[in-house]
Amino acid sequence: MKKTMTVRSKCYKILSIAVIILLAIAFAFPLYWIITGSFKTAKAINSTTPQWIPSEWVMDNYQKLFSKQRAPLWSIGIPFTGITFAGPTVPASIRWLMNTIFMAVVSMILTCATSAMAGYALAKKRFIGRTILFSLIVCAMALPKQVILIPLLREMSALNLYNTIWAVIFPIVGWPFGVFLIKQFAEGIPGEMMEAARIDGASEWKTFTNIALPMIKPGIGALAIFTFINSWNDYFMQLIMLSSTENATISLGIARMQAENSTDFGLIMAGAALAAVPIIVVFLIFQKYFTKGITMGAVKG
Amino acid sequence: MAGKAKKTTGYSMSRALVRRETIAGYAFMLPNLVFFVGFVIYPMIQCVITSFFDSTMNRADIFVGLGNYIELFQDGVFLRALWNTIIIVVVSVPVTCIFSLWVSSIIYDLKGPFCSLLRCVFYLPVVTGSVAVAVVWKWMYNNYYGIFNYVGKGLGLIDKNINWLGDERFALGCIILILLTTSVGQPIVLYVSALNNVDASLVEAAEVDGANRMQCFWRIKWPQIMPTTLYILVITTINSFQCFALIQLLTSGGPNHSTDTIMYYIYHTAFKLYRYGYGNAMGVVLAIIIAVLSAAQFKMAQSD
Repeated sequence: MKKTMTVRSKCYKILSIAVIILLAIAFAFPLYWIITGSFKTAKAINSTTPQWIPSEWVMDNYQKLFSKQRAPLWSIGIPFTGITFAGPTVPASIRWLMNTIFMAVVSMILTCATSAMAGYALAKKRFIGRTILFSLIVCAMALPKQVILIPLLREMSALNLYNTIWAVIFPIVGWPFGVFLIKQFAEGIPGEMMEAARIDGASEWKTFTNIALPMIKPGIGALAIFTFINSWNDYFMQLIMLSSTENATISLGIARMQAENSTDFGLIMAGAALAAVPIIVVFLIFQKYFTKGITMGAVKG
Repeated sequence: MAGKAKKTTGYSMSRALVRRETIAGYAFMLPNLVFFVGFVIYPMIQCVITSFFDSTMNRADIFVGLGNYIELFQDGVFLRALWNTIIIVVVSVPVTCIFSLWVSSIIYDLKGPFCSLLRCVFYLPVVTGSVAVAVVWKWMYNNYYGIFNYVGKGLGLIDKNINWLGDERFALGCIILILLTTSVGQPIVLYVSALNNVDASLVEAAEVDGANRMQCFWRIKWPQIMPTTLYILVITTINSFQCFALIQLLTSGGPNHSTDTIMYYIYHTAFKLYRYGYGNAMGVVLAIIIAVLSAAQFKMAQSD
């Protein structure tokens, strides 16, 4: 009895693994199709028999992508002032990539800095109104972000931030997931260590930087990569806040290009590859932290 | 609830300490609060307020009371969108949860780099980003050049080309299929880590007592991964409600409103028809539905 059980469960396991490997191939396939599609000739793409492996690798699609529209490499506006600095003219898709990197990096830095401080305060400071604030944060997290987009758009117009990258960045920074995540990590700081620092006469800021910060570092790492990837792919916000070609992000640029040339699949795949490959590389490098961020956020979810 | 009297060695919290903690607490919270209140809480309040107004561009808002809400439930397109959203949620949430639990239960104890490799692959569609995912699927579903028609004909499943996204019967199903591939990544990561954290001594004890595989799973492991399941249920529900990019890029709600969802209809109302008040009313209804569902899921999990 026992033996047949184990044999059967081994069979089940091997069979399941085979099925899962097949599914994994299916999951990876769209990405493979984007990348190979971007190097195919127009003839190979517009044929009714798909080429599973491109018989001829060409750069035509990328050349077309880079020759389409042009824009200055950067034009950084300082919020609320109207001062801008413009750079040399390059293909628009490069500009979109620059915009996206800038947006993702700034969102990441601002989110990490503000969340680290707030999460630490929520976990370790016993201040008046702390419970209410925390419940507010949890409630806000459960609501769909997109619901607030209409008022957000009007607010951004009123602040003269509409169609600037800041209109995308600020709401990302305000989103409370980061505070929640850092709080989980900061709970682990032993109270005695903070007590000792206080008795030694360390200022609040010193206590934070010298004692709390080293202990929540893994949390900040996880949050950084999490914010970077999520803001890169936050298409809805970008769609609503950014209207001009120069200020578009790569996702938005590709989406608009798709609307204009909906049948030129080669060109669109080249754009999609440009949007997806950098972020996938970042994900693969920092995969460990990313996984940690997801699981830590769920611990007390 | 001033400071909840933190027990520290030697002294209870004095008044001066409470003040110091409060000042320091808010000082540390401040940078975050600026963004949180400014760009999350304030718009949320605005959303609720504007939903009682007839509001559009370039003109002052007109108070209409519950007018928007009454119109909402007489609006055939909205009801169709609500119905489609419910179908998406009812199909994708259980499938995502069961599928990810099954995959995780097979791969979590694999030796070597296999587990993390597979986990990565299942996460790829999430990282690829909704726009890149949408455009490649659009190509794959294409009437003439898509591989679905090619493979389907090759295997003898279909006898002539199907316009997958242009056919009312298939469009919503096609969208759900893409949605599924982009939503199992996170649950798998969560389940793998939860299953690895299951108390191994309990499992061993059960095995010694002669429990079989199924008993072991349902009696020992399942209760321990229940909190993870709950979290996955909640986030998957929220995500399925928010399905937007795929619809905007692939079908624009068509054909004949067969793929309209609430999220897409909000976008259409607000940013194509410029009816902000009406769009906000929909947003409020959506938020209430999600809040009720999340609360119900929590209640269910607690009574288990």
